[in-house]
Amino acid sequence: MAGDVKIHIEDFGLRYSDGTESLHDITLDIYANQINVLFGPAGGGKSTLLRAMNRLNDLTDVVEQTGHIFLDGEDVTRPHYDIVRLRRRVGIVFARPVVLPMSIYRNITYGLELAGVRDKATLDAAVTRSLQQSALWDEVHDRLGDPAHALSGGQQQRLCLARVLALQPEVILLDEPTSGLDPISTAKIEGTMQELKSDYTFVVVPHSVQQAARVADWAAFFLQGELVEHSTGRELFVTPKNTRTEDYITGRFG
Amino acid sequence: MTNEHEGQQKRSLSWLEFLIERAIQVSGISAIVLVILIFLFLIKEGTPTFLEIPLSGLFATRWYPIEEYYGLLPLIMGSLIVTIGAAVVSLPLGLATAIFIAEIAPAWVRDILKPFIEVLAGIPSVVIGFIGMLVFAPLIRVALNIPTGLTAFTGVLLLAWMALPTVVSVAEDVLDTVPKTYRDAGLALGMTRWQVIWRIVLPAGRSGILMALMLGVGRAIGETMTVMMVTGNAARVPVGLRDFFMPVRTMTATIAAEMGEVAHGSPHYHVLFTVGLTLFVITFAVNMAAASVVFRQVKRAERMLS
Amino acid sequence: MMRPKLPQLSRQNSQRIAFALITLAAFVVVAPIFFIVGYIVYEGASAISWEFLTAYPYDGMKAGGLLPAIVGTLWLTFGTAVVAVPIGIGAAIYLSEYAKDNALTRAIRVAIINLAGIPSVVFGLFGLGLFVIFLNFGTSILAGSLTLGIMTLPVIISTAEEALRAVPQSFRLVSVSLGGTRWQTIRRVVLPQALPGIITGVILGLERAAGETAPILFTVAAFFLPRLPTSMFDQTMALPYHLFVISTQVPGMPERIQYGTALVLLIFVLSMNVLATLIRNHYRKQRFW
Repeated sequence: MAGDVKIHIEDFGLRYSDGTESLHDITLDIYANQINVLFGPAGGGKSTLLRAMNRLNDLTDVVEQTGHIFLDGEDVTRPHYDIVRLRRRVGIVFARPVVLPMSIYRNITYGLELAGVRDKATLDAAVTRSLQQSALWDEVHDRLGDPAHALSGGQQQRLCLARVLALQPEVILLDEPTSGLDPISTAKIEGTMQELKSDYTFVVVPHSVQQAARVADWAAFFLQGELVEHSTGRELFVTPKNTRTEDYITGRFG
Repeated sequence: MTNEHEGQQKRSLSWLEFLIERAIQVSGISAIVLVILIFLFLIKEGTPTFLEIPLSGLFATRWYPIEEYYGLLPLIMGSLIVTIGAAVVSLPLGLATAIFIAEIAPAWVRDILKPFIEVLAGIPSVVIGFIGMLVFAPLIRVALNIPTGLTAFTGVLLLAWMALPTVVSVAEDVLDTVPKTYRDAGLALGMTRWQVIWRIVLPAGRSGILMALMLGVGRAIGETMTVMMVTGNAARVPVGLRDFFMPVRTMTATIAAEMGEVAHGSPHYHVLFTVGLTLFVITFAVNMAAASVVFRQVKRAERMLS
Repeated sequence: MMRPKLPQLSRQNSQRIAFALITLAAFVVVAPIFFIVGYIVYEGASAISWEFLTAYPYDGMKAGGLLPAIVGTLWLTFGTAVVAVPIGIGAAIYLSEYAKDNALTRAIRVAIINLAGIPSVVFGLFGLGLFVIFLNFGTSILAGSLTLGIMTLPVIISTAEEALRAVPQSFRLVSVSLGGTRWQTIRRVVLPQALPGIITGVILGLERAAGETAPILFTVAAFFLPRLPTSMFDQTMALPYHLFVISTQVPGMPERIQYGTALVLLIFVLSMNVLATLIRNHYRKQRFW
């Protein structure tokens, strides 16, 4: 089932100044047009690795970083790589929905405006397209000028997804995207991922093992900064090869 | 999104952004540049004093520039008396007001009181000096049966009152930062609210209160117009308690009163700059001391340091 | 020999006495505010008239109006804003968004604290030495504005920085994750959200500058100048200075006019206070973070 490799992570290691959430020698492939899941107990480094893919870690107190991350063969960890362009190609949705203090419409066009797109028609089209893709269009299409913070939690999170989709990225990172949401909103987002994966590559940190099992095409299990096991969703959750993986999945520790 | 459009945007954006970020950096260090500039200027215009007037002359007790007496002692003493007096008076009053606001006053009183204290902070010093001169000083003269109401005592009272917004604001912060658990512990032990304040909260906020005192001093020492209008402007060295109820002159009032009449470059001119330099150094020292006590609190107090 | 035992106050009585004293103290602090403002209104209201506000003074200031002083104060306030606002906001942005935690940043903060503490008359000296004499601007609105502007800088920097820091960090993170540069993030999200707080701080800073006398004593103020300034190199009258002179140096000055002048100055300054408070309260209600 292995297809094209979208992101190749090579011997990647990272350490924060206080020693938490570090990573050790991670080598991993992220496959194109698949839902790639990074899961494991807290502090395992999954969010750190996720954010390394669009170099959001640069904003934090990283003390040491080794290894490389390749996007379509390009080394994005080299010093002079165009980070701004990277973040448009690799978008992210955070755990808590953070809407900008603007209207629904402007939240979505924000990324495009940053890139210098001004043509109203282009912006309108992007808004329509992204809201439809994130299954929010029906609920908000008649009130795009309303402030975004008036939406419910689930709607806000889908708006955050639409915001990222507007930039037409190649990879979408999701960091526990449904952790605060009710089951219906969660299902909507999981469904959206399935529908869109033919056009995008997803890398997801789920907030539960059950979610990981539900959505994963490929799954990687992280424990205390190390990659323990990596295989297709079916193989890993049904027949895990490593005892630690099995223990975690079956709930012997967590 | 076409790449060429993106590229164009990026180029012009980076160029403009670079300039803007440079301007921001320059603004950032402007404060340092200005402080140094002021210091250098005061030195430039002040140091000729030491060439023109012997040190013994500067430390004399007579300030009478017309006849070339440049003794700074009366001015320094005048400033000291008024400043320390004002700080001593304003600290308990400000603390009491802060306690009143925080612990005793019902909510509706608090909602009226706080804006009114901000009003006090906004009244220009010349207006306070004006009222002090026209209304308050005569009252004092009559009440205490002294020759004139323009005295150090009057200055102390008015300055203390003007320093109150600063002191109250810092004291409020201090009371806020004492953890609620301290109070709860005291109440649980059966202490009255007052005992909790007196024995637990105030000692816990010791360093903040000290800082309030220093900020009050800093505020008072720099005050010009009020003291000029109510302290009588007699440059005598005050000795003994009686002189507290007589006119004095502060360093600030001296500069303000005489600078307009001096010839540029004359010894008098240079001495006035030396007085200014002395004020700069004193407030610098007081501010550094206050900053080192509790660094965090200063930001809010700065707003009120009017 | 045993010391005689003092009568023990019950704890409740101690509290009552203490609280009574404290309330008395608070009263002593607040009551004069009413008194001063009230008295000035009482004595000065009769002097206020349309003529008072719009006419020129004559008869050695003993009659006529305050127009040049009012206009002069307006010009100086405007000039102060021109000097202090760009640099102040720029410095605040630097401290809030760009500065790292190093020695330079600490030095900047120390400098701001000190600048805030310098006596106003020392600013006047500095203004005289540098702008009036050294740079040869003469006593002028230019020199006065520069002096007042430098004096107002710390207040604006402090309040603007606080307003910027209050904007949630999550907004910045989102903007950057969508491909925004630091300046884009500031310009499009942080600054607009901080603007009400910044404006409030600016108004309060300008309010203080409008009421100051000492810095303008030797840098710009003229006493009897019955014409309006025509350029920034002109001298001008100003309300605080005017009040000072007519109350201390003009014999036979009618008290009504003195109180009237004080009242006009008070209204000018306190209305800025009210404006700032209104803005702050209005926007505080609106924001959701």
